[in-house]
Amino acid sequence: MLEVKDLHVTVEGSEILKGLSLTVNAGEVHAIMGPNGAGKSTLSAVIAGKDGYEVTSGSITFEGRDVLEMEIEERAQAGLLLGFQYPVEIPGVKNIYLLKAALNAQRVARGEGEIPAPEFMKLVKEKINFMKMDSSFLQRAVNEGFSGGEKKRNEILQMLVLQPKLAMLDEIDSGLDIDAMKVVAQGVNSLRDPERGILIVTHYQRLLDHVEPDVVHVLVDGRIVKSGDKDLALELESRGYDWLVEESAA
Amino acid sequence: MSEEQTFLDALKARESARDVAEPTWVAARRQAASARFEAVGFPTKRNEAWKYTDVRAIARGDFALATDAEFSRASAAALTLPLEALRLTFVDGIFSAPLSDLSELPKGVIIEPLSQALETNHEAVGAVLGRLAGVDFSPFSALNTAFAEEGAVIRFAPGTVVEKPIIIQFLSRAHERPVMSHPRVLIEAGARSEATVLEHYVGEAEAANFTNVVSEALLARGAILTHYKLQEAPLGDLHIASLHVDQGRDSRFTSFNLNLGGGLVRNDIVADLNAEGAEAQYYGLFFAQGRQHVDNHTLVNHNAPHTFSQENYKGILDDRAHGVFNGKVIVKRDSQKIEAHQNNANLLLSDRAEIDTKPELEIYADDVKCSHGATTGQLDEEAVYALRTRGIDEQTARGLLTLAFAGEVMEVVKLDAVAERVELAVAGKLPERFNLAGLVEAAVALGEE
Ligand SMILES: Nc1ncnc2c1ncn2[C@@H]1O[C@H](COP(=O)(O)OP(=O)(O)OP(=O)(O)O)[C@@H](O)[C@H]1O
Ligand SMILES: [Mg+2]
Repeated sequence: MLEVKDLHVTVEGSEILKGLSLTVNAGEVHAIMGPNGAGKSTLSAVIAGKDGYEVTSGSITFEGRDVLEMEIEERAQAGLLLGFQYPVEIPGVKNIYLLKAALNAQRVARGEGEIPAPEFMKLVKEKINFMKMDSSFLQRAVNEGFSGGEKKRNEILQMLVLQPKLAMLDEIDSGLDIDAMKVVAQGVNSLRDPERGILIVTHYQRLLDHVEPDVVHVLVDGRIVKSGDKDLALELESRGYDWLVEESAA
Repeated sequence: MSEEQTFLDALKARESARDVAEPTWVAARRQAASARFEAVGFPTKRNEAWKYTDVRAIARGDFALATDAEFSRASAAALTLPLEALRLTFVDGIFSAPLSDLSELPKGVIIEPLSQALETNHEAVGAVLGRLAGVDFSPFSALNTAFAEEGAVIRFAPGTVVEKPIIIQFLSRAHERPVMSHPRVLIEAGARSEATVLEHYVGEAEAANFTNVVSEALLARGAILTHYKLQEAPLGDLHIASLHVDQGRDSRFTSFNLNLGGGLVRNDIVADLNAEGAEAQYYGLFFAQGRQHVDNHTLVNHNAPHTFSQENYKGILDDRAHGVFNGKVIVKRDSQKIEAHQNNANLLLSDRAEIDTKPELEIYADDVKCSHGATTGQLDEEAVYALRTRGIDEQTARGLLTLAFAGEVMEVVKLDAVAERVELAVAGKLPERFNLAGLVEAAVALGEE
């Protein structure tokens, strides 16, 4: 469903992604690992449509549509949703506003009507309970004053309410305590679906113990240098990245 | 004929029509006030305090005085805040007993229309009325004093804690010939009393009246008073108001000055912190569209050491609206160890909207903590982006963030009915493309569960 082909991206004049290719099919869970600064977040930012990233060549398509031609909100409405590594605090915008506006935007884009209020409340409550979050979070401003772990849970909550076709999760596991890790992993697992693709960026095996990936990629210096099954992640855990960096430089 | 003459003639006509004799002090003040008004005339842009606010729409007006307080119960109910409250209602300045509810006045609380207070015990009123708002405060306070016959007199005996808010509702009706009213509000908060008073201005959409109100609040030692002004007057209304506060030792005054309506609006708020431990908090929100003009002038006088003031005003201006914020703090020479903090942030939704903002600090003491800041700007683009990545279109994202901007003041509001009303009003007034009303309703419904 998501196809990235030979993607080259520059940020402020320097090339960060240098010919990256990646295909995620419906029903698959992909993990992207790689050293700091390799370009993992850059990839998600480009897919989401953030300003300041210049695609110099290559393409991104989602269900056959040219993603780079779509507006930021159109991408999300089409079901391409990003969970941020550093979720933005939005003072004054209540979580519930964000959820409702986002869900309705998606429905309207699909030609469905807005969700009736009682149905919406039922849905939101079910999901917030699932994420073991207090319902007071709904009335709080998006991420404002949330702890690191709470922010990550909140990202997953949005995923659960919005039910994207392709969920990209950038370091959703960093900064989580053991219990939160389980809750977040459960959240991600509940998203697993034959119709849905999931792309997880992570540094740790910890999350992958709970959420078993179908494919593991290693991103080094703007390129995917190796792909494999879940055992590749275990190998990285014990050997680090150096051998791959050397291999790819060779 | 001069512009002032129209008003002086109206005053003469009113005086000769008055059928009951007034206490001599009232008549004397009326005369002095009218002389003062005649001498100074309406302010012009040459007056520093009125530099940005053109009052010609008032000066050139020809306003009648209302003679009755008729207002259908159903339409009044639709305008009334859904709050359990003690309520006084005035229609175009005239007291309406049927629309008021003072049936269960708690012990230690007096609430009555000024006319009644003058009849029953005018000396008690005369001793305090006008003590804070002299006729030389502004031409409008003089004009008010010349005309004033009605308003609200509120007293809390020492130690009285009033649970229900007290709402003074001012309804404005649509007339063929617009009317003017010059109400007074007098609040005497006894030592350690605690209460909330809300002035609510609202009316029929087509109204185009002139309201010129003067409010005074005296806080004795340890008194806690929260004052709300919810100004949702019809867009044709001309609205001039001043609120004068005198604070004793350890008293706490909080003002919420919320302005959504009115075509031409000027608010003055003055607090005198006269004894140690006195504290004043000013919160303000103004939202203006079309050609609305909203001017807020605030002043805090730190007349004693160890006094504290804090101010946060926010303005949102759309279309060709014009906003003015002037926040002044004066720290007297021996007022050491005071703190005064002030902030004003404005959001311009259109490039033809205009804001004039000016903080003024006059500090004559050396051991003080003062700060002020003013920002005028646009929305946080990173937040716009974050919302869009959730599928929210750009316009709605901007609408949400505008609502959020107002929300920072509304968060502090303790009366939920007021916060919701303002939030809904702001959401409803934002361009329709934002489509926010449904969202706010959802949040309100959630809060009520
Ligand atoms: N706005 C920017 N300006 C300049 N350089 C940038 C900008 N954004 C990203 N970069 C650079 O691009 C490179 C890739 O950054 P990116 O955030 O994609 O790495 P990452 O793989 O997600 O790393 P991490 O594991 O630390 O999150 C880094 O060297 C970073 O400094
Ligand atoms: Mg990253």
